[in-house]
Amino acid sequence: MIIPKLALRNILGAGLRTWLNVVVLSFAFVLIIWTQGLYEGMNAQAERASVDAILGGGQYWQEKYDPFDVFSLEEAHAVVPDSLRAMIADNRATAILVVQGTLYPKGRIHPVLIKGIDPDQTLLSLPTQFLKAGEDRFPALIGSRMAKSSGLIVGDTVTLRWRDANGTFDARDVEIVQVMKTVVQTIDQGQVWIPLERLRALAGMEDEASLVVVASGALERPQAPGWVFRDLEFLLSDVRQLVQMKSAGAMILYVVLILLAMLAIFDTQVLSIFRRRKEMGTLMALGFTRGRMIRLFTLEGALHGVLAAVVAALYGIPFLTWYSRHGWTLPEGMDSYGFAIGEKLFPVYSVGLVVATTLLVLVITTIVSFLPTRSIAKLKPTDALRGRMS
Amino acid sequence: MENSYLIETHDLVKTYSLGEHTIKALDKVNLKFEKAEFTGLVGPSGSGKTTLLNIIGSLDSPTSGSAAVLGRKVEDMSPKEAAALRNRHIGFIFQTFNLLPVYTVFENVEFPLLLLDYSWSERRKMTMAALDWVGLADRAKSKPAQLSGGQSQRVAIARAVVKKPALLLADEPTANLDAENSHHILQTMERLNRDLETTFIFATHDEKVIGYLRRKITLFDGAVAKDEPSKPQPSGREGK
Repeated sequence: MIIPKLALRNILGAGLRTWLNVVVLSFAFVLIIWTQGLYEGMNAQAERASVDAILGGGQYWQEKYDPFDVFSLEEAHAVVPDSLRAMIADNRATAILVVQGTLYPKGRIHPVLIKGIDPDQTLLSLPTQFLKAGEDRFPALIGSRMAKSSGLIVGDTVTLRWRDANGTFDARDVEIVQVMKTVVQTIDQGQVWIPLERLRALAGMEDEASLVVVASGALERPQAPGWVFRDLEFLLSDVRQLVQMKSAGAMILYVVLILLAMLAIFDTQVLSIFRRRKEMGTLMALGFTRGRMIRLFTLEGALHGVLAAVVAALYGIPFLTWYSRHGWTLPEGMDSYGFAIGEKLFPVYSVGLVVATTLLVLVITTIVSFLPTRSIAKLKPTDALRGRMS
Repeated sequence: MENSYLIETHDLVKTYSLGEHTIKALDKVNLKFEKAEFTGLVGPSGSGKTTLLNIIGSLDSPTSGSAAVLGRKVEDMSPKEAAALRNRHIGFIFQTFNLLPVYTVFENVEFPLLLLDYSWSERRKMTMAALDWVGLADRAKSKPAQLSGGQSQRVAIARAVVKKPALLLADEPTANLDAENSHHILQTMERLNRDLETTFIFATHDEKVIGYLRRKITLFDGAVAKDEPSKPQPSGREGK
């Protein structure tokens, strides 16, 4: 127990030198947790928004359905099996039919995916209630990005063309009844939402769907021949990959911060060992072994990390708590980065993140503290007492 | 080698390499020291005083020959065993005091006891007793930077004697002190030698120190030139 006691005494006795290191290291702690919290928040928000808007508790895909292969859409539809139909009837699932089409806004050609969805569904946050219209109208719902790229606004009428189940092209004028503001790009860009039954009738795909979204919290996964269940792990992998890709950039900042903090510790250790040779000689004369000395100096360096964690907690906890409550207002251009997040980003600081960062910094601090102390192993007491390194 | 002496050296040789040259710091030194001696190694600079003191203190090892301290041969000891010997039985007093700057006077004196695993109450009692011996009990909470040279050396003496070692080695203990402080220090050490029966060995060329010695060993070019009893000189104490 003597080594920790002495190490603490020594670094507290070093005064300003210690506190400068501790403050720099504490900045690294807080900034690392802050940036990682932003990415965790981004991840959580993007996942939550995607789940609410389109993913639900998972999806059954018609076996040929592949959202990344538009050419597969022609055959990616089938009659909804009874097991899923029962769930839809109980409002525990909702069907979506996807058909390839073309929109002609203001004379331009705009390839789109036409998606049919039940206007009465309440499982997803899509504002499908706007699609409830009389037989005399053909309502269509688009997202704000789609509206921007096509130049359409609420009330506009635009020609929509599609190919039905028999391969025959047909076209109708649809009315834009609502432009929805959504953070989820996968339900917005290049997509037109219309009532499911209308699409089924127009495309000649009675009772058919391309996918069935299961309600969040619905635990049952009935057998559906010809359909494949995709769980959230699968469906969210794109979102997670995107966030992971973006967070790689944050790693650079992470590494720079760690290096900066470690440089401060390494520098202090080297300087400390150089300046305190005589003290080492005295300690050896008093009966300290070299091993004990290495432990003492390593622990002194490592304790900078412990003190930094305490200091970081003192100002970091209030700061990060405030930040996670008030969020970070994103810049205008952020939307184009492809994240499904709102106007404000709310960081998430998980226990795992805090513990992992703290442990990582402490381990690195200890290693960096140990490296310069290896020269002590070669130190002769007589040289040390004369203020020389062996 | 018999262990009737506290320290016994036999044909002790210490050489250093300096580039292509070899310097002989000690040349076949044969000495014996008994318990409670108050002895000085005297001689000019480079005569081997500090080297001999370092080997006796197990801070260094001989190139050849033998040095037995408290029955243990320095040349055969591992660094760990040497550290244990210094820790338990040997006290050091240095020319530049070598106090640990971030510790208080109390903590500096307490330090050797911490290494010996004494309990807090024992440490406190022994530390205050040692500070009492050197007359600095009232400066227990001061930091070394707040002390004069004489006070610092007295703290160093308290640190060296606090564990009541069998042997106390002092390398030029008065070199950085004025005459008055030197005499004060030497009288303190003389008293401790008498009261605790600690063996004191000095490396010095200070006439003030020599005036207090009971045995004077003169070294020249690493060899013992003279080994004679010395009668403490009252004139040596007149500076006080």
